[in-house]
Amino acid sequence: MAVARRLCPVEMLFRGRRERKLGDSVAVRLEGVTKRFGDVRAVDNVSLEVRDGEFFSLLGPSGCGKTTLLRMIAGFDTPDEGRILIGGRDMTGVPPYLRPVNTVFQSYALFPHMNVEQNIAFGLRMKRMPKEEIARRVAWALELVNLSGFEKRRPDQMSGGQRQRVALARALVNEPEVLLLDEPLSALDLKLRQELRVDLMNLQEQLGITFIFVTHDQEEALVMSDRIAVMNKGRIEQLGPTEEIYELPKTAFVARFIGDSNLIPAKVLEPRRVRTPLGEFVLDEDDALVPGQEVLLSIRPEKIRLFRERPNLPNVFRAKVDDIIYTGSENLYILLADGQRLMCETLNHDIQEPGHEEFDYDEEIWVALTPEKLVVIQEEADA
Amino acid sequence: MREAATPAQRLRRVLLTVGPGAFWLVLFVLVPTLIVLVVSLMSRGSLGQPVPPFGLHNYVRFFSDPLFLEIIGRSLWIGFWSTLLVMLLGYPLAFYIAQSRYKEVLLLLVVIPFFTNFLIRVYAWIVVFQKEGLLNALITAFGLPPGEFLPSTLAVYVATVYTYLPFFVLPLYAAVERIDWSLLEAAYDLGARPVRAFFEAIFPQTLPGLLAGFLLVFIPAVGTFVIADLLGGGKVTLVGNLIQLQFGSAQNWAFGSAASMVLMAMVLLGLWLYARTQGERGLDRLV
Repeated sequence: MAVARRLCPVEMLFRGRRERKLGDSVAVRLEGVTKRFGDVRAVDNVSLEVRDGEFFSLLGPSGCGKTTLLRMIAGFDTPDEGRILIGGRDMTGVPPYLRPVNTVFQSYALFPHMNVEQNIAFGLRMKRMPKEEIARRVAWALELVNLSGFEKRRPDQMSGGQRQRVALARALVNEPEVLLLDEPLSALDLKLRQELRVDLMNLQEQLGITFIFVTHDQEEALVMSDRIAVMNKGRIEQLGPTEEIYELPKTAFVARFIGDSNLIPAKVLEPRRVRTPLGEFVLDEDDALVPGQEVLLSIRPEKIRLFRERPNLPNVFRAKVDDIIYTGSENLYILLADGQRLMCETLNHDIQEPGHEEFDYDEEIWVALTPEKLVVIQEEADA
Repeated sequence: MREAATPAQRLRRVLLTVGPGAFWLVLFVLVPTLIVLVVSLMSRGSLGQPVPPFGLHNYVRFFSDPLFLEIIGRSLWIGFWSTLLVMLLGYPLAFYIAQSRYKEVLLLLVVIPFFTNFLIRVYAWIVVFQKEGLLNALITAFGLPPGEFLPSTLAVYVATVYTYLPFFVLPLYAAVERIDWSLLEAAYDLGARPVRAFFEAIFPQTLPGLLAGFLLVFIPAVGTFVIADLLGGGKVTLVGNLIQLQFGSAQNWAFGSAASMVLMAMVLLGLWLYARTQGERGLDRLV
């Protein structure tokens, strides 16, 4: 288990996120859900609540249990322990065809022997809806995903992005309470993926349907979600608003998996002072730290500041530029300081002023770690 | 850039690529069929050999005698029902094999009968069905009176279904192996109950295998004569028996050829009707 320390109010850290009004009612509630495959606990005692109208992401590496969790919400797998509630009703043993959810599959799973129109109409046909009503709703769904005019196409006559949108329309036309998306963008190329991210966000906002989105792509999750649950080995490592996941990782796993992080081992001297291999650092806040305790300090590469002259700042130490990786918009410096490797990103904006200088290979420079940007990770040994 | 090919070069290229296949088809399909067609238009010589004059008299005879029409009708009837039985047995069997842990073993069991000569396998059924055979031994063991199973239509059906089952199971198995099962989940997800989901999402995927299997069973089942001969005795005459008879003891090659052509026309007519109802994609699916 892990405990994290808030260094300053979360709201102060994050600006510029779209403002979202979410209902208080719960769309999906998992209570101690466990799923075993043989000896492996694919999902291990997971409890969480997804709110109405929320864009909720399950994020984690392959094999972390996120897809299994989604399949249990859809009804394709049954949990060995725990309960699944959708819209307040217990759905644990209910088969998928009776659940008020629809799924967008990773491989789209479009019916190859049906055209676009027939694919989208499938769910409505199963509900025995009148023909005219089906036609009306199918037209609406096609317009929603910008595919009007493609009614008679067959899936094998369409591009990956178009098929993905058909799969989306086929699910949304049923007006599910919750839409489950299983890595729907992973088969597409980067440009298309970025476009569809925005489309998905707009669609979700427009319809107000709860989205549960499974992905292994941290950037995708950061861009789209209201809240993220980071999963590892069948458990939830951290669950929180998107910004909190990035800014205040609670475990080393989250710090490493979401973006890049520099992790520095440290020993607590006083509540606000720690000793590290790079020297003694001061921290911004002091609660819950006990002298003698071993912790990890995490700092994001873009939050490290570099100087040619010694700045008048706290937590300053010397380091050598070991490598420079040019990525176009950014320079990534690999620094060496007392055997510790640090990554540091600076914007490549061609200005030479203190804090924004560009450096050379093997140059000895000054590094400053701003106390507010140092996140303390207290992890117990068994985590 | 390569220079434009001269007509001679182009001809050579065509002959090298399409040539061998076309040659094979002409030699072993087109020429024999044409020979049969020509013979069917000739008359019976004094020794049974086909001789001029040419004419449609064999076809006229075939279609004017109710006996021959009955034989054709019976062949189609028995062929149809045997094929239907084969499909009813083979369809679930193919699914069972495809999802079994022992599918290699089960597939081998399906193919094993081919290791033995077809005639011997049909004779084996005589051992089962004869008066002191296995079937009657079983029946009398239950205290029931023994039955007469040879010759009978039942025996013909049983042996036909047994013989052609592998021809149906193998192509269907190939189709079942390729089924995209995620479509079943998609159908469930969209509100289809299990039986409905199967027919909407899985059954269409097996259609190509089903049709291939149907043709592989129906065509030979209609034309068979050995099974009817050995197990049906004189009671069950099929169009295959008729043709065999004409080339054998009746010594009328010309009439036998005409009967062959009628049988072939019937099958082609069926295929053509199928292709028409299915449109262009229908034929694609067959091949």
